[in-house]
Amino acid sequence: MGKSLRVAYGEALRDLGAVNDKVVVMDADLSNATMTNIFAKVYPERFYDFGIAEANMMCEAAGFAHSGLIPFASTFALFGAGRAFEIIRNAICYVNANVKLGLSHAGLSVGEDGGSHQAIEDIALMRALPNMTILAPCDEIETRKAVFAAAEINGPVFIRTSRPSTDIVTKEEDPFVVGKANVLKEGTDVALFSFGLMVSRALKAAEALEAEGISTAVVNFHTIKPIDKEMILKYANSAKAVVTAEEHTVMGGFGSAVAEVLAGHGQAKFAMVGIQDKFGKSGKPDELFEAYGLTAENIAATAKSLL
Amino acid sequence: MDYAKLATEIRKDIIQMVYAAQSGHPGGSLSIVEMLIALYYKVMKNIDPKDPHREDRDRFILSKGHCCPALYAVLAEKGYFPKEDLVTLRKFGSHLQGHADMNKTPGVDCNGGSLGQGAAIGAGMALAAKHKKADYRVFVIIGDGESQEGLVWEAAMSAAHYKLDNLVFLLDHNGLQIDGPNDKVMSIGDMCAKFEAFGWAVEKVNGHDIDAVAAACENKVPGKPKFICCETIKGKGVSFMENNVAWHGKAPGKEEYEIAMKELEVC
Repeated sequence: MGKSLRVAYGEALRDLGAVNDKVVVMDADLSNATMTNIFAKVYPERFYDFGIAEANMMCEAAGFAHSGLIPFASTFALFGAGRAFEIIRNAICYVNANVKLGLSHAGLSVGEDGGSHQAIEDIALMRALPNMTILAPCDEIETRKAVFAAAEINGPVFIRTSRPSTDIVTKEEDPFVVGKANVLKEGTDVALFSFGLMVSRALKAAEALEAEGISTAVVNFHTIKPIDKEMILKYANSAKAVVTAEEHTVMGGFGSAVAEVLAGHGQAKFAMVGIQDKFGKSGKPDELFEAYGLTAENIAATAKSLL
Repeated sequence: MDYAKLATEIRKDIIQMVYAAQSGHPGGSLSIVEMLIALYYKVMKNIDPKDPHREDRDRFILSKGHCCPALYAVLAEKGYFPKEDLVTLRKFGSHLQGHADMNKTPGVDCNGGSLGQGAAIGAGMALAAKHKKADYRVFVIIGDGESQEGLVWEAAMSAAHYKLDNLVFLLDHNGLQIDGPNDKVMSIGDMCAKFEAFGWAVEKVNGHDIDAVAAACENKVPGKPKFICCETIKGKGVSFMENNVAWHGKAPGKEEYEIAMKELEVC
């Protein structure tokens, strides 16, 4: 088991801070949870807490960006993408401000805090905004790469991270090119597309499918916007079935992004695994993943149902 | 310079722009003319129409962005873009958007119009200036209706917390908003007392007195952001628009346009 993505985020900010003096980090009284405190300890003069006022933090981040700095505004995904949505739209995306949104505690894996704190619609909200790039790393290695890549993009970037410790499924030497998905495993019958904490589950699903003689590809979409159309169409044209898996509602999220590309193209049948128009609730992450069908078993069963 | 004459010219530009566009917000544009003249002709330092992004310039944000006809008229008068552009306000293909756009119009330091945001972005710019150890200042005009937005108060809290004495909010206190008088729609109460309670230095002036507005801007208090309550008349300068909420967001017809221009000619 590797580190949580939020810890990897805090450590990556600290290391980015060492090589880029334009980077400042902001938080809304959650630095002990988003792990921006790792940056704050080393660079207290480059860390700004705005208290429990996310909308104001996002606006002030825009003010910093307009002044030539690179702010990483950090809070929970629900209170960033959700509460501050219209600020992110008008003050950041509409003017293409160079603000990075480091939003943690995305998805059901928040766990015990329950449905009020589990962002399951953040991708849908952020994906609708022109100029926005969405990076959704799957492990500590990719989180670090996402943070450094975000600093190189001149415009808004949403980095989606989560709370629990997470399996390491990528390698240091793997490429991380924004907008280019990575094939983790080749296969010809079924293609499983996923990101974040669902990647390790997609890999397990592939093992199960292979054991039954079904050749299965697994692709890691660390970038949700811009989506890798070429990769999607490659499997749409070659595989028999494409299944997306996401820790997010199926309405407007990653599966929808894939469906928008698939529409009218290819031979592959298509299905989405994700949260089915329901809110989350309290529980351990694994219990919730089970209850909402975000499991390797459900991914494999969904793929088989298409064949 | 004859600032009274300049104010009249700016008002004529506003009426012409809104008439040409047949949409826009004349009432609140007319109420902030002297505030803008004070800022752009007396207070703001290192502003240069030939170098609109000059690093050490003072910044201005029109948070009540619907009143951009007034800002556009002042920017054109300063030479940021040709005065002929003014009548393209709100038209397809024009750089003069219905609410000011920093990426389209030279001299616009920040977008406005989504109310409350300019106040908070201004606080962010002022904090960024402190972060960079730069000594430029940030001026924001907010509206009284706008002050019903919670974001204004989040920004006010943070500006006091971070001791942003390089930040000035100027309130266009004309007492009216789209649905009627502030006190009928949603009372904003004693704005000076509220900002003072939030830890700001406060001052109240006649918002149509250019020297008084400028003096209040120059009267800095170390360690505190500055709030200036500018008492104004909505629709100022055009008799039938003055204190008449109907002119918040309505363009004059031909006859009204001619009457307004005639009144301003004899000003």
